Amino acid sequence: MNAQSAIEKGPEGSAQERLVVIGNGMAGCRAVEEILALQPDRYAITIFGAEPRVNYNRIMLSPVLAGEKSFDEIVINTAEWYEENAITLVSGDPVIHIDREACQVVSRAGRIESYDKLLIATGSDPFVIPVPGKDLPGVVTFRDLDDVETMLKAAETSTKAVVIGGGLLGLEAAHGLSLRGMDVTVLHLMPTLMERQLDEAAGYLLKSELEGRGMKILTGADTGEILEKDGRVGGVKLKDGTEIEADLVVMAVGIRPNGTLAKNSGLDVERGIVVDDNMVSSDPNILAVGECVQHRGECYGLVAPLWDMCRALAAGLAEMYKPYEGSVTSTKLKVSGVDLFSAGDFSGGEECEDIVMRDASRGIYKRVVVKDDKVVGAVLYGDTQDGNWYFDLLKNQEDVSDIREALIFGQAFASGGSALDPNAAVAALSDDAEICGCNGVSKGQVIGCIKEGANSVDAVRATCKASASCGSCTDLVESLLAITLGDAVAESAQTMCGCTSFGHDHVRKAIVENGYMSIPEVMQELHWSTPDGCSKCRPALNYYLLCAKPGEYVDDQKSRFVNERLHANIQKDGTYSVVPRMWGGITNPRELRAIADVVEKYEARMVKVTGGQRLDIFGIKKEDLPAVWADLNAAGMVSGHAYGKSLRTVKTCVGSEWCRFGTQDSTGLGVKLEQMSWGSWMPHKFKMAVSGCPRNCAEATIKDFGVVCVDSGYELHIGGNGGIKVRVTDLLTRVETEEEALELSAAFIQLYREDAWYLERTAPWVERKGLDWVKAQLFDDPTSVSALAERFRYSQSFSQDDPWAERAAGDRKDLHSHVGSIGAGPPADGAIKAVEPAE
Amino acid sequence: MSATEQDWVEICETSAIEPGMAGTVPVEGADEIAIFHTIGGEFYALVNKCPHKGGPLSQGIVHGDSVSCPLHNWRISLKSGEALGEDEGCTPTIPLKVEGTRILLDRAAILARQVV
Repeated sequence: MNAQSAIEKGPEGSAQERLVVIGNGMAGCRAVEEILALQPDRYAITIFGAEPRVNYNRIMLSPVLAGEKSFDEIVINTAEWYEENAITLVSGDPVIHIDREACQVVSRAGRIESYDKLLIATGSDPFVIPVPGKDLPGVVTFRDLDDVETMLKAAETSTKAVVIGGGLLGLEAAHGLSLRGMDVTVLHLMPTLMERQLDEAAGYLLKSELEGRGMKILTGADTGEILEKDGRVGGVKLKDGTEIEADLVVMAVGIRPNGTLAKNSGLDVERGIVVDDNMVSSDPNILAVGECVQHRGECYGLVAPLWDMCRALAAGLAEMYKPYEGSVTSTKLKVSGVDLFSAGDFSGGEECEDIVMRDASRGIYKRVVVKDDKVVGAVLYGDTQDGNWYFDLLKNQEDVSDIREALIFGQAFASGGSALDPNAAVAALSDDAEICGCNGVSKGQVIGCIKEGANSVDAVRATCKASASCGSCTDLVESLLAITLGDAVAESAQTMCGCTSFGHDHVRKAIVENGYMSIPEVMQELHWSTPDGCSKCRPALNYYLLCAKPGEYVDDQKSRFVNERLHANIQKDGTYSVVPRMWGGITNPRELRAIADVVEKYEARMVKVTGGQRLDIFGIKKEDLPAVWADLNAAGMVSGHAYGKSLRTVKTCVGSEWCRFGTQDSTGLGVKLEQMSWGSWMPHKFKMAVSGCPRNCAEATIKDFGVVCVDSGYELHIGGNGGIKVRVTDLLTRVETEEEALELSAAFIQLYREDAWYLERTAPWVERKGLDWVKAQLFDDPTSVSALAERFRYSQSFSQDDPWAERAAGDRKDLHSHVGSIGAGPPADGAIKAVEPAE
Repeated sequence: MSATEQDWVEICETSAIEPGMAGTVPVEGADEIAIFHTIGGEFYALVNKCPHKGGPLSQGIVHGDSVSCPLHNWRISLKSGEALGEDEGCTPTIPLKVEGTRILLDRAAILARQVV
């Protein structure tokens, strides 16, 4: 016995019992969370994990592969969590032996740990089909982050991937690889994709959808061998002789409970580790949860049953028994743009009745299977809104004879309520209806946490975790907030525009979390009520997508305001004004000469010195813009973005180089700031200034980001505005060096870019969020500033091409020319003639 | 084609205006005309002038079968030329038809807009 180590960890030397957990995955950690919730101090806990990292959400590996999420975003328990709960994490060192007699486990590195209770949560192993070539380099499974990394590496250098297995996991892998630019072929043994979850009709719709996205799908494809080429995988040969080229093969045919360790230590193991309703194995001191167990003859490969198991386990340990009675599972496919839900049994049979609804024009297929007046299965494709309701009816074995006729039309209709009110539908759900399948949260629990003070979706996510994983139940959580709090719901009142019932924050989060790539996709997924939006939401969505996917999202010119589309400012007479950039307000004879020449050559009616220390040329016709820009480019000038929701100017005073009061090189810093941030798109226009001393001649304290130089360094100010409502900046912080000032400026800009609503200046944004919030975002975590600044620089790497130069070179000529013209001759000879467009 | 030549004047190919955008057609001695291509695939022609302050509607954001004027965001129906919502006013529409891949405008309506 090794009582000493337990005492070291225990509070005040109390002799805690020792709990050892084998498996640092979702099951092991969730079980520990449940145990801590009931008995926070009972155990000194040690967790062994085979992977060299903290616990993460394995079901979100698909979005990581698809590039929709990063690893950091799918971490469930950070290093701090282990620390705060005094948990010893032994990662990268799996347990290889259990000595049940001595109550000890031994790790691969030889570490011995004694236990009073042992929890096995070893999960499952991917099933590798035993064909020749299965061990070749380039053949991978899809189970952990290492697999994802292998695939991502392959996606960089290879072009052709074959995914063996057209089930949930295989299709998510195929989707991810396809988004990463690979040419993907899916091989599926059965005639229907996801045949365990889908019937033939839904499988067909899914197959056509995925084929439409460029994947090749072969059903009835039986893999015979994996072919070699130059020492690694070269292709796949089917038993019928077909050969498919591949430089990456992903095996995703299924999983097998991992009970090897348990079996070797003499526990009862059949398909999985046999456990009772309290998750206790055949050894009363050893428990097991998750995909490695077999409970009442069933093994589960989905996440939802896990939560029920963990609750039962923790309750059992605390002798507050809440036996686990098995789970009915449902499935949603995490492929963005595909709505698919399935639950229960729909294989049909003698006493089963099928109720089917199809709406081909909207791509909707619904099928509910009823047996003895109870729902036994449901498959929904295209419209999955009622999935939870059917699932609820199914789990509770409710008698549906009364609503049988309206059943297929969904809950709102069947319950007789208004079909348009989603809140009524959610209100009608029973308290134990599952809202969040990922985290196993019921309607009663969500309402409980709202009543305890969670008044926004974020607050609900932070407390009971509902909608915190895949986010597909966010709408339900919002409905519950609305039902429970009425008007007191934070932030949900302000919608983006009349086309949607969602607010900016919600839409934005959905874009980031679901990796939407186009405006139509956002509108489709978030149920826009107009066919193609309006002049409010279109530019906002375009910005949000651009900000979320720099370098990937293709800017939508038709969703840009005219100024941003024509890179000039429209004036009341329909002509445009042109402002070339003058870095930090400094100019030279060459630039001035070029501007003077342009004014004369294109008969500009006025030149004006702007408030931002540069020159504005008025009265240019849209047809002349590219030629004007070409002339300005020739003198080394680029677009000043005076027309954009973007960085405008960096106003400076002359600073220490000339001024007798100047403390620092304010002009130099201004130029550097402008060179760093020009070209960036923002929620609204963004102005900066640098003053060389506190006399503040550059008026830095009414700018979005202002720097006031002092002897000891630089004061950084944020959130100022000289517009309709004058607002003086808040002091963010003081820094000593120019580098720090630049870094913080980049970080602040990025924070604003990622958080503010479209058309919200920094002044109202800072007031809405609070200066403390801004400071916390930047300074609470010492890595935040560099992370934000890094994201800004990454985004800038795609946005610092001069749009004027592109247009001057002939890009989008259509925007600057007429499609035709009509000249009027003398009335007698026909009056009108059409002229071919220039192109 | 001979019957149509009398009444309709060919302007351009349908492909010259991408969906969600507008093309402009200057007319000597008269108001410029804007041809709109909606995201839904329809074509409409209007005088390129907002009834409010004369803003060039062709430069507005096209959504549904309306366009928002770039100057003050008035929303104008592409079908009727009427200002929508709270605003009142009307921009003349020009009859348009698509024949194959060609866009044609009604000659009489253009003449009617000519300044004498």
